[in-house]
Amino acid sequence: MPARAGVAVALRDAFLSALVALGLFGAMIGLKTDVGPSSLVLTPRPWAVAIAVGAVFAGRLALLVWRAWRPAGAPSPRRLAAAGHQAGRYLAPLLLTFALTLPAYGGRYWLDLGILVLTYVMLGWGLTIVVGLAGLLDLGYVAFYAVGAYSYALLAQTFGLGFWTCLPLAGLLAACWGVMLGFPVLRLRGDYLAIVTLAFGEIIRIVLLNWVSLTNGPNGISSIPRPTLFGLTFSMEGGPGSVADFFGVEPDISQRVIFLYYVILGLALLTNWVSLRLRRLPLGRAWEALREDEVACRALGINVTTTKLTAFAIGACFGGFAGAFFATRQAFISPESFTFMESATVLAIVVLGGLGSQLGVALAALVMIGGAELFRDFAEYRMLVFGAALVAMMILRPRGLVSGRTPSVALGTAQEISADLVAQGRG
Amino acid sequence: MAYALQQLINGLTLGMIYGLIAVGYTMVYGIIGMINFAHGDIFMVGAFLSLISLTGLAALGITSVPLALAVTLLFAAGIAALYGWTVERIAYRPLRGSFRLAPLISAIGMSIVLQNFVQVSQGARVKPVAPLIEGNIPLYAGTDFTAQLSAMQIAIVITTLLVLGVFTWLVTRTPLGRAMRACEQDLKMAGLLGIDTDHTISLTFVIGAALAAVAGLLFLLYYGVIDFYIGFIAGVKAFTAAVLGGIGSLPGAVLGGLAIGLIETFWSAYFTVEYKDVAAFSILVVVLIFMPSGLLGRADVEKV
Repeated sequence: MPARAGVAVALRDAFLSALVALGLFGAMIGLKTDVGPSSLVLTPRPWAVAIAVGAVFAGRLALLVWRAWRPAGAPSPRRLAAAGHQAGRYLAPLLLTFALTLPAYGGRYWLDLGILVLTYVMLGWGLTIVVGLAGLLDLGYVAFYAVGAYSYALLAQTFGLGFWTCLPLAGLLAACWGVMLGFPVLRLRGDYLAIVTLAFGEIIRIVLLNWVSLTNGPNGISSIPRPTLFGLTFSMEGGPGSVADFFGVEPDISQRVIFLYYVILGLALLTNWVSLRLRRLPLGRAWEALREDEVACRALGINVTTTKLTAFAIGACFGGFAGAFFATRQAFISPESFTFMESATVLAIVVLGGLGSQLGVALAALVMIGGAELFRDFAEYRMLVFGAALVAMMILRPRGLVSGRTPSVALGTAQEISADLVAQGRG
Repeated sequence: MAYALQQLINGLTLGMIYGLIAVGYTMVYGIIGMINFAHGDIFMVGAFLSLISLTGLAALGITSVPLALAVTLLFAAGIAALYGWTVERIAYRPLRGSFRLAPLISAIGMSIVLQNFVQVSQGARVKPVAPLIEGNIPLYAGTDFTAQLSAMQIAIVITTLLVLGVFTWLVTRTPLGRAMRACEQDLKMAGLLGIDTDHTISLTFVIGAALAAVAGLLFLLYYGVIDFYIGFIAGVKAFTAAVLGGIGSLPGAVLGGLAIGLIETFWSAYFTVEYKDVAAFSILVVVLIFMPSGLLGRADVEKV
């Protein structure tokens, strides 16, 4: 009776998993430490443990049953890649149309969510240049986002400059910081590079937190000016010089939200367009060559130093743009917003998007940021689910949503290459 | 003079804690070549398990400090080892042989899970604990400052040395240690020669997690307050220590830990407390640029 033996094995496996779960959760969930009047007191919570252990048992059993009944023979990666490529041809224009027309039927809530998602799409596309194209693993991307945000906030407060003047400046300053980070890490590879960029991101955050005379420390900078439309402001009172007055309509908060939405959409599309064009330049091809094999690159006479530095600088520049936008949208920034979690989120979007796929990044940002938004009601569990989703994504689809690659240069017609056949950058 | 001596003592104590965590990083990196990003959070889990155990023992009426500490040490190390095993089993083992970014992202995900799991289950508030070991031994009296060696510091140093002694014996004298060293040299060859590599990797995570939990207990005793976020910074610093000592080298990890502890303490004492983390991270950058293989590491020869 193989089926019966299978059931017995599955039950035993699930029971063992539950036992491990009991070990893990017994003390951690079962005994909550609370700050009592004189010292800590323990509150026992047996029911919570029982529920958690039961959930693990049921989950493990369900997983085993699903594995046993799953139809054999998954579609081959090559066919999947081709299918993804086909779908991508229609999906991208569809998504773009949706993004362009969202203000027509989306309410305030949806626009705010759209702005949030688009900010991450833009950051993702910026980081794609560094991680996806040049293959340099950067865990401190948030530093450039912070530099951009603080550049705009400080320039606006100190010199009274407007958003559109500061936007290129913020990008430029972030690019300078990108080069500054790039120089010392030129010789580093892979995980070392990752940890140094992480340290760099933390250094920037700690400096922002402690340089109180410049950045106002943990209290942050508030009342950052909003962007204007060719000099017209979006003030609630209306009055001369405001958009509402110029067009002769009632002043409404949604006008500013729609404007911000289109600004970030434009910035994101600019990032996308620039990186797509860069891929066709010798520089972009050098990036991709660098990702695949650095030693071969050197042998072929590519200047690795400038190639890496430009990747850092251009990636950082877009991070800076996004930062300036973030500052003007929030009107308030503090070091709180630039923690390692942001870097991890953006990197997760890039990796989930398939490392180098533009459409993949957009889809991934939609899934991750939109998905996190769905869990807003369970704010406590939101990050828990986010982390678990990262692990699950890596196990189920380590190569990301859109994992195939189309070569930038090809003899004859460019063919989609399945993810399993491409090497991955060592950074 | 007395002040500098005091900083030396404080730095060495702190360095011992970093060293214990760094050993876990360096072991895992040596064998499977990945940064176990969740290791810092295992350390944090270990600190929380110690907190629960100490509070529980106090509630049960056990007043003998050595007994309570011994029970807590075993409890925290045991459960944290289970955490280490589970993390490896869930998040890393399915990804073995996958492309190199996958385990790193998975590890970041696991780190987020552990952090938020503790936040949800134990609350986000800072947890204080009353000092268990009290008493000071004056060592050297300066003009206006007396350097002291606290009983707590002695306890931390003795515990660390004991644990590291057991660990060194495990790695150098047992069949398990031999298997681990073989896997570190060449995983595939070790597998061909009949070593159960999956099993060995699992045990590496278990041992690393147990050491991190001991560090967690010592951290809890030394500072007296913990929250769910301590794992991140401590983890990055311990990784810095591992890199500084030469990643893959076990004595190097301890040495690197001591160096980071000393640098951080002296920086806080003579410059600014706010920028002590910047100092530690800057050291990381400088070391990687000028001495990529660390103090005791092997030079990484690239074959084409």
